[in-house]
Amino acid sequence: MSVVMHIARRELRGYFATPVAWVFLVIFLALAGILTFNQGGFFELNSADLSAFFKYHPWLYMLLVPAISMRLWAEERSSGTIELLMTLPVTMQQAVFGKFLAAWLFLLAALVGTLPMWLTVSYLGEPDHGVILAGYLGSALMAGAYLSVGAAFSALTRNQVVAFVLSLMASLLITLAGWPVVLDAFSGWAPDALVETVASLSFMTRFEAIAQGVFELRDLVFFLLSMAFWLFLNAAILQRRKAN
Amino acid sequence: MSQLVEIDHLSKTFGSTTVVNDLTFSVDRGEVLGFLGPNGAGKSTTMKMLTGFLPPSSGTARVAGHDVLREPLALKRALGYLPEGAPSYAEMTPLSFLQFVAGVRGARGSQVQEQVDRAVARTQLHGVLHQRIETLSKGFKRRVGLAQAILHDPEVLILDEPTDGLDPNQKHEVRALIREMGKDKAIILSTHILEEVFAVCTRVIIIANGRMVVDDTPEGLSPDPRRLDDVFRKLTTVQAPRDEKPAAFMMSSGSGRGDARAVDTAQPGDTPPAAADGSAPDSEERA
Repeated sequence: MSVVMHIARRELRGYFATPVAWVFLVIFLALAGILTFNQGGFFELNSADLSAFFKYHPWLYMLLVPAISMRLWAEERSSGTIELLMTLPVTMQQAVFGKFLAAWLFLLAALVGTLPMWLTVSYLGEPDHGVILAGYLGSALMAGAYLSVGAAFSALTRNQVVAFVLSLMASLLITLAGWPVVLDAFSGWAPDALVETVASLSFMTRFEAIAQGVFELRDLVFFLLSMAFWLFLNAAILQRRKAN
Repeated sequence: MSQLVEIDHLSKTFGSTTVVNDLTFSVDRGEVLGFLGPNGAGKSTTMKMLTGFLPPSSGTARVAGHDVLREPLALKRALGYLPEGAPSYAEMTPLSFLQFVAGVRGARGSQVQEQVDRAVARTQLHGVLHQRIETLSKGFKRRVGLAQAILHDPEVLILDEPTDGLDPNQKHEVRALIREMGKDKAIILSTHILEEVFAVCTRVIIIANGRMVVDDTPEGLSPDPRRLDDVFRKLTTVQAPRDEKPAAFMMSSGSGRGDARAVDTAQPGDTPPAAADGSAPDSEERA
């Protein structure tokens, strides 16, 4: 575990070595606020909950997480440091998980930055704190799931811009998997079971249920399995392409 | 008893191209092996396989008895590696970079500082410890990579062009360091600089098109260091027109010592047409 922590700490420090981390945090918080108050109509709803806030989290992550994940492996590959990392006594799993963990912790820090929302709604009324807690937990898990998608695509290329665009497209598909725009492509010919499977892969529909306060064990399992799947893919891609 | 580094019928193919072709040699403690060959001969690929970065297509390698396929972590612990181009994390300082490597390599508490101090002293990085690596000159970057490789005082050092980009003074210092460390380690270094072989190496292997063409001492290869360019060119360029028949080439000139001596008795005028392409090296002009 210690090797993982060394890798995660180095990665996390790297974010703050440049202004990029701060720029990201500012954009994340500003966008979260704009979406909640302008788009979501937080005040117009006149209700002491954070549904207007959580509603836009899938979109927020879809757009911003690729900006964090794109450098994870693309940069290691383009600068050649991957050769250094992989010839240290480190397993592929430790390296993949360590870097993922750093990026996830960073996203969680951004999420912690939104806690004043919770304080605001508590000041204005009597919210159901259990529902809000479920929303935050679900959001944290969903952030990790989006991140694991981006990490896998970052391993696919040496170019960070390519990694960003690919991650964005994949994230868009996963976000919309429960929507007609994606399901219509399947519903004409595929058996219902497949359509339902595709729909059940949507991060958005699952998160919407959680944000309503319905946090079930299978949601936790779903997001953890999603992360495991994409990180496994990440390691497999890296194993094949690390030296290209 | 097995030797510290054993390369055992190692081959690497990318698609239909064979980059490393059935290399077998071993290096023991106290040896500094110069690994020479033209660009693209397979030097770096061999080193990448030996250090566990690239999986071999066939054959295997062992370091301190650990097989690269079966015990990759034990193998990586036993060696220090300076990859081609000395990559390091540009946004870090040499100090934090070395601390990171020491930590990943398992150093704890005061060990970290001891290891970093020793490596910094040996590579003379004192003045730049707190600058970002991306702001350092090429020579300093190379020395940061070298410091990282010797941090844990490994028994085996694999150095891919350790003196590339250094000025003459720095080259001299790094060579002295390699000679010093070579007394109780097994060191393999690749280089383009033929004089370097005489300055630091106890043994030379030349490869061309992935095959070994010479395994000899520097003196055995050419008693006169200034003639080494000719020897190198003969050994590595004569093969080109016979590329489709590498086996025949191996029989005619791949048998090591005796053959290398035969080459160095040749007169400059005997340079085969394949080598007389107008880009004559300095030593030939002097002769």
